[in-house]
Amino acid sequence: MMDDRGSPHTLPPDYDARMLLENVHPSTWRNPQPSGKYDLVVVGAGPAGLLAAHKAATQGAKVALIERDLLGGECLNTGCIPSKTIIRTSRLYAEMRNAENFGARTPRDVNVDFPFLMERVRRVRARVSHLSFSARRLASLGIDIYFGEATFAGRTAVVVNGTTIRFRRALIATGSRPMIPSISGLAEAGYLTNENVFDLTELPRRLLVLGGGPLGCELAQAFCRLGSQVTIVQDEPMFLRQEERDAAQILSEALVRDGIEIHLNTQAVNVRVEGNQKLIDLVSEADKHRVVVDQILIGVGQTPNVGGLNLDAVGVKYDIKAGIQVNDFLQTTNARIYAAGDVCFERTFTHIEDASAGIVVQNALFQGRKRLSALTIPWCTYTDPEIAHVGLYVREAREKGIAVKTFTVLMHDVHRAIADGEEEGFVKVSVKEGTDKILGATVVARHAGEMINDISLAITSGIGLRALASVTHPYPTQAQAVKMAADACRKASLRSSVKRPRRR
Amino acid sequence: MGEQHSQSDEALLDGFQRAAFDYFLKNVNPHNGLVADRTREAAPASIAVVGFALSSYPVAVERGWMDRAEAAARTLVTLRFFLNSSQSDTPDATGYKGFYYHFLDLESGKRVWQSELSLVDTAFLLAGILTAGVYFDENIQIETEIRDLADTLYRRMDWHWAQNGKSSVWQGWKPECGFLHYGWEGYDEAAILYVLGLASPTYPLSRDSFQTWTSTYQWENIYGHDVLYSGPLFTHEYSHAWIDFRGLQDQFMREKNCDYFENTRRAIYLQREYALRNPHEFKGYGKNCWGFTACEGPGPKMVRVDGRDRHFLGYAARGVPFGPDDGTIAPSAALASLPFTPAIALSMVRQLCEVYPGITREYKMPSGFNPTLSGNNPEGWISEGYFGLDQGMIVLMIENYRSQLIWKLMQKCPYIRKGLRRAGFRNGWL
Repeated sequence: MMDDRGSPHTLPPDYDARMLLENVHPSTWRNPQPSGKYDLVVVGAGPAGLLAAHKAATQGAKVALIERDLLGGECLNTGCIPSKTIIRTSRLYAEMRNAENFGARTPRDVNVDFPFLMERVRRVRARVSHLSFSARRLASLGIDIYFGEATFAGRTAVVVNGTTIRFRRALIATGSRPMIPSISGLAEAGYLTNENVFDLTELPRRLLVLGGGPLGCELAQAFCRLGSQVTIVQDEPMFLRQEERDAAQILSEALVRDGIEIHLNTQAVNVRVEGNQKLIDLVSEADKHRVVVDQILIGVGQTPNVGGLNLDAVGVKYDIKAGIQVNDFLQTTNARIYAAGDVCFERTFTHIEDASAGIVVQNALFQGRKRLSALTIPWCTYTDPEIAHVGLYVREAREKGIAVKTFTVLMHDVHRAIADGEEEGFVKVSVKEGTDKILGATVVARHAGEMINDISLAITSGIGLRALASVTHPYPTQAQAVKMAADACRKASLRSSVKRPRRR
Repeated sequence: MGEQHSQSDEALLDGFQRAAFDYFLKNVNPHNGLVADRTREAAPASIAVVGFALSSYPVAVERGWMDRAEAAARTLVTLRFFLNSSQSDTPDATGYKGFYYHFLDLESGKRVWQSELSLVDTAFLLAGILTAGVYFDENIQIETEIRDLADTLYRRMDWHWAQNGKSSVWQGWKPECGFLHYGWEGYDEAAILYVLGLASPTYPLSRDSFQTWTSTYQWENIYGHDVLYSGPLFTHEYSHAWIDFRGLQDQFMREKNCDYFENTRRAIYLQREYALRNPHEFKGYGKNCWGFTACEGPGPKMVRVDGRDRHFLGYAARGVPFGPDDGTIAPSAALASLPFTPAIALSMVRQLCEVYPGITREYKMPSGFNPTLSGNNPEGWISEGYFGLDQGMIVLMIENYRSQLIWKLMQKCPYIRKGLRRAGFRNGWL
């Protein structure tokens, strides 16, 4: 991967780093020579592009995949995989320190070996790349892989390293890059983003995280648990702007318990360097505050990668902030060209890219009419506790004029959560008042990302909440919380039917 | 303690109510009517506490603790102060656009701590002002002036400005940075703010402001109770100090076949249910010991207690069931809950008297106590001194339980009736 200024990242040259590169951008790779028109040309080999190429190729289409840097995109190299690997280790350290809460003795010396941890990050990346993002494996499926910068040249052609590639349909899946806020002195002082934080070789002693979205919260907590003194600054009154206030509140408390210094409703206005330290001026309402740190991590959002593609020339409308304009079928304003993933979505999650890739292949190659709006897409922030959501938020449902009732189960009422010492959080399932039609759900729990799946399945399949009460869950599991919410719904409907007997 | 134990409910409550009223006598600046936020030395005045003080004077008159002329005189001093105080966008004014800063210097009446121009705290102050305007109804000069001033102060509040062109209401403003974004969403203590804002004869809130607020409500089934959720108990009780919500229904409550009074009852039961579950295993919690709300706590600090790291908060709005919960209980919550759930509220008062005499001594209730932080007594940590808001709620809610005096007075207030109607309330006494 490259940053917007085009400077390539350098990975420490160990075996796993070399393995990773051999998979995602082999040093001896030679681009193929195109032979005729491709059914589908995919620009960008992140999750959306890769999956679309894979799906199309396995269904017999002639496919070209163009990547300017590393296959796997942000997910493999600078996003989901490395961050979850770090989170796993940081949870382990947190549990070691809190061993007595679990009836165990805290180990005497809990020392964080950061280089050792980063070694594992590289190993995990290499393994995952081998499984799903290997250039040679993809090529063996018949996908022509081209490494280089892609530029559209005419309505049905794209040029890579001087080679013209013709297509019947194209998919733009160029992803996004970190948005850098305009703060005086920031560029001079230097900063980390998700694109280079996983290449650190030394744990920052003091870290300022700018941004309280999923990335900021996840990494703030992880680095804090690894031993950094972390300050997090969010310009909104709560973390995770989209989520409901109880979820954000529980997260706030968890971060405070971990020892993170929190500044909500706060802006960073100036950065300067003094010796080896970075001094950041913060402003909150009328209050001014200064923090001194060793590193600054930016996590305020993403900017779509639309530059250099020559989109204007091929009639693809875009906005440098909002990305490429697509309709519900993921078609751009050029009917032959589709887009998917971060380059056109507000929410940037790998599984959304996966789901949208399937839509593109169907619609672009097989005359499908699949709609993005028909998908049920859950998402999760991997803090501890995790925060997962699917469907409508209560406020969204009420804005649509739907009367809502929410069945709430606290994790501290779930036997397995008590046994696990993981009682923080809740399951909230919202239904249309007077029915059991599930509108949406929020789960805050240690394993919320796993637990939300029951509810996603129910929504996707049109199963009502009461029916979930009939699904037997193994005892004891934390996912029983979902069944408990369903039980409460069934009980409530029994009560209301008793109250209102039918006339004979 | 022995004395409290043998007292009748009436005598016990009288003791607590009288002691709470004393707060306003001891912590008032007689020259301007401002009342200290708390008993700590050099504490500033809180405008909300002044609202409670103004509402407490009629109670004191009816209870025979103060004669009417003195109550009227104290009220008049207060209203004259607010009328003549500086209203501008300069940083040390007393207020702006007819609203007031949250904290004022007790002597000069000027803004302190760079506090915010607070809509909700001004609403509590205004509730007190209007209570006085209704209570002092005699055709004598002082009471006529009280009524006139109450009306004048209300009329100059520019509620429309507080919407800043939107349908929602901004909760605060500072001269240094303008309107404040608290991100408040969902049900809270602000009902009276909307009722008074909607009824303004001069610059009313738009009708859709109430709709915008209620559109963020969450109706939840928690521990088997259907409830309009809000965590801290005070959010379910403050507006009810002045407005008798029994039987009144807005569009939301009609849809749920409930009312806000019944909802508060359920919220109290939810507090008790949570205390019984006691998920964080704090000491003292039980069916007769609950009360999770805004109060003083022993923090902020992290302390290892019995092998567990405990994060204790300072002054914070505790709430259930989602927290925060640090083992701190607000004892005054029991007395503030009397009108809604008298039996369980009295049981808690009795238990506090029996088990924790350190917090009911001399009938005065501190803001919070935390038995988990053990000391040499069963109460554990006890907050120092007393807070005006707690004492105000004790006076008003015991009175509403005993005679419904404040509720009846405010039922006579035309602004309250008009505001409720404009918010869409029907039925009940309306």
